Amino acid sequence: MNIMTSAPPVALLACQGLGFRVRDTQLLYGIDLNVNPGETLGIVGPNGSGKSTLLKLLAGLRTPSSGSVYLLEQPLTRQPRRQIAQALALVEQQADTHDAISVFDAVALGRTPWLSALAPFSAEDTAIVDQALADVDALHLRQRTWSSLSGGERQRMHIARALAQRPQLLLLDEPTNHLDIQHQLSLLQRVQALPVTTLIALHDLNQALTCDRLAVLDKGRLVALGAPLEVLTPERLLKTFGVHAHYLTDPFDGACILRFRAP
Amino acid sequence: MTRLLPYSAAALVALLLALLAGIAIGETQLSPSVVYQVLANRLWDAGYLVDPIDQGIVWNYRLTRTLVAAACGAGLATCGVILQALLRNPLAEPYLLGLSAGASTGAVMVALLGLGAGALSLSGGAFVGALLAFALVLLLARASGPTANNAQVILAGIAGSQLFNALTAFLITKSASAEQARGILFWLLGNLSGVRWPSVWLAVPVALAGLAVCLWHRRALDAFTFGVDSAASLGIPVRRVQLLLITCAALVTAVMVSIVGAIGFVGLVIPHALRLLLGGSHSRLLPASALGGALFLIAADILSRTLITGQVIPVGVVTALIGAPVFALILVSRRKQR
Repeated sequence: MNIMTSAPPVALLACQGLGFRVRDTQLLYGIDLNVNPGETLGIVGPNGSGKSTLLKLLAGLRTPSSGSVYLLEQPLTRQPRRQIAQALALVEQQADTHDAISVFDAVALGRTPWLSALAPFSAEDTAIVDQALADVDALHLRQRTWSSLSGGERQRMHIARALAQRPQLLLLDEPTNHLDIQHQLSLLQRVQALPVTTLIALHDLNQALTCDRLAVLDKGRLVALGAPLEVLTPERLLKTFGVHAHYLTDPFDGACILRFRAP
Repeated sequence: MTRLLPYSAAALVALLLALLAGIAIGETQLSPSVVYQVLANRLWDAGYLVDPIDQGIVWNYRLTRTLVAAACGAGLATCGVILQALLRNPLAEPYLLGLSAGASTGAVMVALLGLGAGALSLSGGAFVGALLAFALVLLLARASGPTANNAQVILAGIAGSQLFNALTAFLITKSASAEQARGILFWLLGNLSGVRWPSVWLAVPVALAGLAVCLWHRRALDAFTFGVDSAASLGIPVRRVQLLLITCAALVTAVMVSIVGAIGFVGLVIPHALRLLLGGSHSRLLPASALGGALFLIAADILSRTLITGQVIPVGVVTALIGAPVFALILVSRRKQR
């Protein structure tokens, strides 16, 4: 056994041999993954391939059945929740509330890991919240109530809340799900321009092509990891996603785009 | 923070006026000046000449029950706020979740069977009962589905309440004399008649301590707005906070039940109404609910003494008579809002 001698990998966030099961169903099998500082790493895979589960495990919201997660080279399980939340923010797919809460207060929740019971909400905290709202192009919604927002606006507020945490790492679970096409594109652009390392689960494979690296999940296994064009080969797309696909080149800017056909 | 002072001052004035009303109004009407003179005599030896009977009514009877009513109202409303925030359930409340019923059973066991052989006080028995009842209700809710929804938790709470109420009734029928049974049944419906100074010294510190613990965790309670996972990813040690605050709610409920019996709807109606008025932020909601609960129960106690001349209605009956329709109104107005 060399458990004691093997050094944890050098990465902002990493996992080794990560497995997760619920009762008799194995949802993830032995995932090894490193998230490098500054990159945008996309996670793609068909429905039920374990994208959300992987993000929850990496954020420490679920305890892995096997393997471990390292945040800033320390085992996640040994770090207090508050310390984790200061380094890592997660935007879930479905999180909603019936409480009568203002947009500003909802985004201000992101300051929670930085505040103590006695410290009042300072002018600096307010400035950080306003910056986070500006980052998702939503400063004008500041005084609105949560219940008056559309689904897409709520999604942007969740991202603003995560940004208000001032994390080094941003974990996003299909953040463009409820957005119209304009906001999908602007959100992805903004996220990639942010000075944070981002791990993002995506559905739209053409959007995934804009990531620095892609991880492909298939039935709970990591089946490919690397640069998007190397990973999303026609063979891989047929095998994992069950579709025929080929690349077109946009004559406008020379970008590659995927075109799909049902098998 | 700059607005803290005027609000606290207004809250204090409101509370003092309510206490004054609670002391002055009753079968024997007392003028505010008599009330003031008695309090002044007692608190700083003012030396006013007051009828000793009035003095006794004010100091030993009305002041104690009004203070306990205020403490109970504040405590139960605080419990409602905690349970609603932690369970993400707008209907959560000590009474509906079976905590009060469990506490009643625990207290009755200690009173009738001498459980704990004197080591366990009424409040201690009530605390154990409340925790057991809550654990049972949560297990039942969990067993009814992996992701128990709001209605399932409340149904489990009702089942738990029924079970513990039946247990209490069984114990009373089996072990109590007719005289004891009458007393216990009246107490179970919520009764402030028997309270004296020792109850004040128990209820007031417990209500204040409960409020202080919750205020200390106000940001954690806020963080539960978008659910448990969201709270965890905001850095809240979810399990620890849940355990601490639910134990706190059980303790406050148990102490209140052991003094005045099971009083319902305070924890439901007051936080709801104030949430609509003030929004969800717990730094405002908690103190406002505590104050609202105190005022509400003082008013309910005054009504319970004055509605029928010469008779005292159990205060739990009054809170239910006011609370249930108000709750219905809140439900309807919430639906219109959407």
